[in-house]
Amino acid sequence: MRRLRGHSSLPLGMLALAALGALLLALSLGSAPLSLSELWAAARGQGGLLASTLVWELRLPRALSAFAVGGLLAVAGALMQVLLRNPLADPYVLGLSGGASIGALAAMLAGLGALLISSAAFAGALFSTLLVFGLAHGRGGWTPARLLLTGVVVASGWGAVITLMLALSPAERLPGMLYWLMGDLAYARAPWPPLLLLMGVCAVLVPLGRSLNVLARGALPAAALGVNVRPLEWGIYILASLLTAAAVTTAGSIGFVGLVIPHMLRLIVGNDQRRLLPACALAGGTLLVLADTLARTVIAPEQLPVGVITALLGVPTFLFLLHRSR
Amino acid sequence: MGLLAAHQLVIDVPNRPAQPLDLTITPGQVWGVLGPNGAGKTTLLHTLAGLRAPRSGSVTLDDTPLASLGRRQVAQRLGLVFQERMESFPATVLETALIGRHPFLSAWQQEGRADYTRAQHALECLDIAHLRDRLMSTLSGGERQRVALATLLTQDPAIWLADEPTNHLDLHHQSAVMALMAEQAGKGKSVVMCLHDLNLAARWCDHVLLLYPNGEARVGERDALLITEILEPLFQQRLAMGDIDGNRVFMPRG
Repeated sequence: MRRLRGHSSLPLGMLALAALGALLLALSLGSAPLSLSELWAAARGQGGLLASTLVWELRLPRALSAFAVGGLLAVAGALMQVLLRNPLADPYVLGLSGGASIGALAAMLAGLGALLISSAAFAGALFSTLLVFGLAHGRGGWTPARLLLTGVVVASGWGAVITLMLALSPAERLPGMLYWLMGDLAYARAPWPPLLLLMGVCAVLVPLGRSLNVLARGALPAAALGVNVRPLEWGIYILASLLTAAAVTTAGSIGFVGLVIPHMLRLIVGNDQRRLLPACALAGGTLLVLADTLARTVIAPEQLPVGVITALLGVPTFLFLLHRSR
Repeated sequence: MGLLAAHQLVIDVPNRPAQPLDLTITPGQVWGVLGPNGAGKTTLLHTLAGLRAPRSGSVTLDDTPLASLGRRQVAQRLGLVFQERMESFPATVLETALIGRHPFLSAWQQEGRADYTRAQHALECLDIAHLRDRLMSTLSGGERQRVALATLLTQDPAIWLADEPTNHLDLHHQSAVMALMAEQAGKGKSVVMCLHDLNLAARWCDHVLLLYPNGEARVGERDALLITEILEPLFQQRLAMGDIDGNRVFMPRG
């Protein structure tokens, strides 16, 4: 029956291996490269203080943060695509990153510390989520098209406010603000909250996967097949918003991962959400770990914004896959 | 069982006077819903499936009001073929047929061997087994229509509602699909179809529901209602009626 089902676990296994490889690469590359044996020594608490500090306090937290953020964005993107029944949706399409950016930029302008910047970004993201949902709901119910239009309009409104804030900001604050807007993992030091969120979400989504498959075919057909459409859509919206808010709070608005990873994987593993969502978590995480490693090593000691790298890596890969698939 | 009944039902079509409908569909019957464009055939079908709230009145499934049943409970006993379908995401023919099993599987359950066997059998019944691994987006309209019917056959509910099941089908497959519907009724299912083809209705349905643009409905046995005196005003079309092998046939007149 295995062949009939096409439920091969091979792609997921390969993705897990790739994720492990990317994490090892991120640990070994940097200002002071470490070999595998040096990494192994540091992991066992042997080796020098420098190697142990590099691995445990600098590279590992950052690599795990990158993995968590990439995974969260890719899963959130896949969920948004199902919610809006639109393969062009991404985690930011409903204006969430704009809300987060305004919160973060305002905190930076006020000269607040990293923790408060993150809190402000999270608050901004949630505010934008509720605003879009409330506006789209209006009188009567919302439809995916209505939600999408509302989100796009609110997002462009946020865009204008962001431009205004940048225009009015003092010059010395601009680089930090621009890096935040493009996505930056340099200050991500607490990987566990987003990582646990990612794992928890994957566990929650496994039993929901088949319902999501049915929902992807439209609200009415899903209802006819026994799905409670409205509660499921609310759940997806809240969950995707929470994931995106967590990702943006950790690393700024990193673009591209949430749009392209679900697409790429659909070409490889198909659209069965039970396989697609865990695959998104692994592949999104891997892409961002690799991108962040490049971002901090290419022109070291200077760092590039990681969002630029995700796009530079992702665009050609995606176009290649698209070209190859009929 | 599979007893679907409407009690003083008024479907929710805007700006239309209330015309309550009483209807009982019992297992083994094949119903055709006929009427001009915009008369509310699809709305009626969706209301009977519990997908749209009626303006007033109620629908019962085996004497239980639909509104008091969960969607999943309804889907285990009642299935629907839609007139329009959208495919935003890639899916194969087999995957599409398999979602018919959704109402019967628990959240943690994977589709098992029995589910695959059912889906495979349904594809064979509709003459599309050879398309099993093809993407839906690569199929013709008629092939997609047959996949939708195969999904319903995989679901295998007691009550079959089909909105123009012969849409896009060639003559042979129109006839095959109508024969499938009659065969299901013969196995004790209740079948309700919206149809535009009077001849298919005359050949395969035993009961008809005529729906007028003002919301009025006439319900009854086929032979009593499928006559030119009733059908001509319904469709605003002059008709000629003939008889071939004991079946009525209708032809539009100039």
